[in-house]
Amino acid sequence: MTRYTSATGADRREMLDAIGAASVEELFADVPESMRLRRPLDLPDGMAEQDVHDHLAALAARNRHCDAEVSFLGAGMYDHYVPAVVDAIAQRAEFLTPYTPYQPEVSQGTLQAMFEFQTAISELTALPVANASLYDGPSSVAAAAYMAKLETGRTRLVASRGVHPHSRATLATYGRGYGTTLEEVALDATGATPIEELASAVDGETAAVFLQQPNFLGTVEDLGPLVEASRAHGALVVCAVDPLTLGVLEPPGEFGVDIALGEGQPLGNRLDFGGPSFGFFAAQERFIRRMPGRIAGETVDVDGRRGFVLTLQTREQHIRREKATHNICTSQALNALAGVVYLSWLGRRGVVEIGELMLRRTAYTRERLGLEAINPGPVVREFAVRVPDLDALLERARAAGINPGYPLRRDYPEYGDGLLVAITERRTRADIDRLAEVAAAAREQVTA
Amino acid sequence: MSPAEPRTLTIFERSRDGRRAFAPPATDVPERAVEELLPAAAIRRTPPRLPEVSEPEIVRHYTNLSKRNFDLDTGFYPLGSCTMKHNPKVNERVAGLPGHARLHPLQDAPYARGALELMWRLERALAEIAGLPHVSLQPSAGSQGELAGLLLTRAYHEDRGETRTKVLTPDTAHGTNPASVTMAGYEVVKVGTARDGGVDLDDLRTKTAEDVACLMLTNPNTLGLFDTGIEEIARTVHEAGATLYYDGANLNAVMGISRPGDMGFDIVHFNLHKSFTQPHGGGGPGAGPIAVSDRIEPYLPVPRVVHVPSTNGAEPVYELRHEAPKSIGRLRGFQGNFGVFVRAYAYICSVGGDGLRDVSETAVLNANYLRARLAEAGVGELLPAAFDRACMHEFVLSGAPAKRELGIKTLDIAKRLLDHRVHPPTVYFPLLVDEALMIEPTETETRETLDAFAEAIRSILDEAREDPDIARNAPYDTPVRRLDETSASRRPVVREQHHPG
Repeated sequence: MTRYTSATGADRREMLDAIGAASVEELFADVPESMRLRRPLDLPDGMAEQDVHDHLAALAARNRHCDAEVSFLGAGMYDHYVPAVVDAIAQRAEFLTPYTPYQPEVSQGTLQAMFEFQTAISELTALPVANASLYDGPSSVAAAAYMAKLETGRTRLVASRGVHPHSRATLATYGRGYGTTLEEVALDATGATPIEELASAVDGETAAVFLQQPNFLGTVEDLGPLVEASRAHGALVVCAVDPLTLGVLEPPGEFGVDIALGEGQPLGNRLDFGGPSFGFFAAQERFIRRMPGRIAGETVDVDGRRGFVLTLQTREQHIRREKATHNICTSQALNALAGVVYLSWLGRRGVVEIGELMLRRTAYTRERLGLEAINPGPVVREFAVRVPDLDALLERARAAGINPGYPLRRDYPEYGDGLLVAITERRTRADIDRLAEVAAAAREQVTA
Repeated sequence: MSPAEPRTLTIFERSRDGRRAFAPPATDVPERAVEELLPAAAIRRTPPRLPEVSEPEIVRHYTNLSKRNFDLDTGFYPLGSCTMKHNPKVNERVAGLPGHARLHPLQDAPYARGALELMWRLERALAEIAGLPHVSLQPSAGSQGELAGLLLTRAYHEDRGETRTKVLTPDTAHGTNPASVTMAGYEVVKVGTARDGGVDLDDLRTKTAEDVACLMLTNPNTLGLFDTGIEEIARTVHEAGATLYYDGANLNAVMGISRPGDMGFDIVHFNLHKSFTQPHGGGGPGAGPIAVSDRIEPYLPVPRVVHVPSTNGAEPVYELRHEAPKSIGRLRGFQGNFGVFVRAYAYICSVGGDGLRDVSETAVLNANYLRARLAEAGVGELLPAAFDRACMHEFVLSGAPAKRELGIKTLDIAKRLLDHRVHPPTVYFPLLVDEALMIEPTETETRETLDAFAEAIRSILDEAREDPDIARNAPYDTPVRRLDETSASRRPVVREQHHPG
């Protein structure tokens, strides 16, 4: 008996009697002899709770987390402050432990939270319909490509190289399944997507064009002309967005994109070494019956009371099976709940204030560092610079308890000496000054 | 609705201009104008209409919302195929340690050693449980594990110069299986079910041809039955050169007892939110790691965790490998749902190897006991088992006689259970059972809970003999009653339109 089960010896005997079986072994009579594991699993024995805790704590202690250094890492996930109210709500058993709300009469909490989440995403992106979440940012990009293929019947995808490398890699992986090809458009000398090159890459076979705002290097793209160029031949325009920049940046809906999506981690979700977080997905009204993922809708009960249900389920795998618009079943309800609680905490003014704070601190950091910019144009919360001896900086910064950012060389060989520096509301001027001092010292060391 | 009862409000309707919960940190850098830093065309002109509320309002709103949910910590949740077992509290505590929760996904390997070691240890444990040597933790949930398995199958065959276009799925399969098949670019071919509830072997032999890439199978299947033909199934599929895929949704029945690898499966997905206690969260997060055989290994997703054992007393090294020439690539961002890995690993540490076997034995004992209780006179005639065999961790009843004799449908029984403070079983699945009720009690429930459920079912049927309208109009005692799903779908309202502040 484990500490999570409660069938005693007496229970077992009486239960077996009721079943009419002599032993538990007999219940497994259908398992062929040749397929029985005739030895114990080769795993350690169970441990007392305190020993489990201490073992996991010892592993955790070997990680240098964002409270243990001053981190300028970003590249898709960011060290934002998660307010206590998010933990308090998301750890409530009533939200933590139920399944997908298949019985709406006893799931109004989850369903209404989904409806509110969808509303918040619609407001942020300025698009009329949003789903209740997908796995994460990159897999949402792949979901959009599948939707575009079903919608247009075309199989060619075009993506700016400003789209997150994980998103482009995921598009390529999924595409080998659903049969799409991917063409990438290189960034120009200012780290922005070149409009003419993009325009010439899009043709009558293109199902969708993928943009990202700000792009992976942090560049605020000139979205209007890019969207215009993308839609010339009837392709869907998909724009990944950083949700926490949408207090200051014009939302994708205002530029007429068909789908806006992205990684939801900045909205009240932990870093968690990369997940779980959530993906969000918003679109123009006409796509509502083709969208992937769960959608909550408003209705009334038999007594006329307002209520919420999972709706438009004829898009979904459990109803439509092989004709579904996506295969997703378990998505990220709890993470999306954290997202909408966070957005309520931030509020209409706060989302602008936090955006402006990042904007100003980022501008300050870029100037203070004084390194050559890869993308000298407008940025909000992240930017890329060339560092003459990147390894020297990395080493010196690490020794000083600073993580200076994400080296671009693995994802962008063309920026071999590039470093991506991210700013959040948690990085103070003092932190930024320390980074600048370390960078200056590393530079002197190289030139000396 | 009584006249005094207020209309349910959303957080947006509670908004009033000027209220706030967030106080921004001080601006400690020059306060330059936004117009100076961004081009005019890029600046947002009207702020998003997010709620304007204070912290107490947020807490009260969402706490009250939470009370409109039924949850596992409060009551019995025998939802078939979903494995609603207890979510241990220590798992939440260790997942929340800053070394886990506050670790950036792009932290360099030497500074993320604990996280990579945890992933490696979890991979090894899952490999042992599956009986297959290689694991990728990356897929985000079961359905993404399925897609990964199909893409692996495609890569494997293409590498051998073979083009195959069809994937077989039994008619009892979860809906995710055929949906994944289509997304992976294959054609779905359904295989029938034999009279004993297993795969129809004749049908399988007829359909297993050179153009078949894979058979996706759940074993025990969605009827809760272990497919006794599994040896013959594996032989048939492998002789045709196809892969055999194990949908791990029902793994909770066989841990430490029989391993998918030993059954002949090439690819397995796990649902860490089912067998390994990640809380379901109202529909996620989960995680869907996959385990594969040697021949499939070269195609696994990247990045992969690499372990270099210690030599000469030095510390072992854990790294991420981003390049593998034959890999299918990446399925999502970063390394996967690490927070879920922490909870699953803590669970495996807690119960241990022997404990996992005990878990499965108890899950099967509980299911068979509840099945026996529901076969008793007064219940069994109205809700007979769809297949009269010993079940594994779950079983399927048919409500067809109850519908015929009492005039109440399975849906009515489910709704009336809500008044008994029990979450209903999965209903109307699998599709081949008329008026199906699919019941999975799990190992963490006491016998008393199972008895109480059996009595609740009995009382619903007894009551219906007197007055079937009671069940037909249920539930009564829930935050809302039956909802109009048809009009919700015809005229979808998917966001709040009312912003008072």
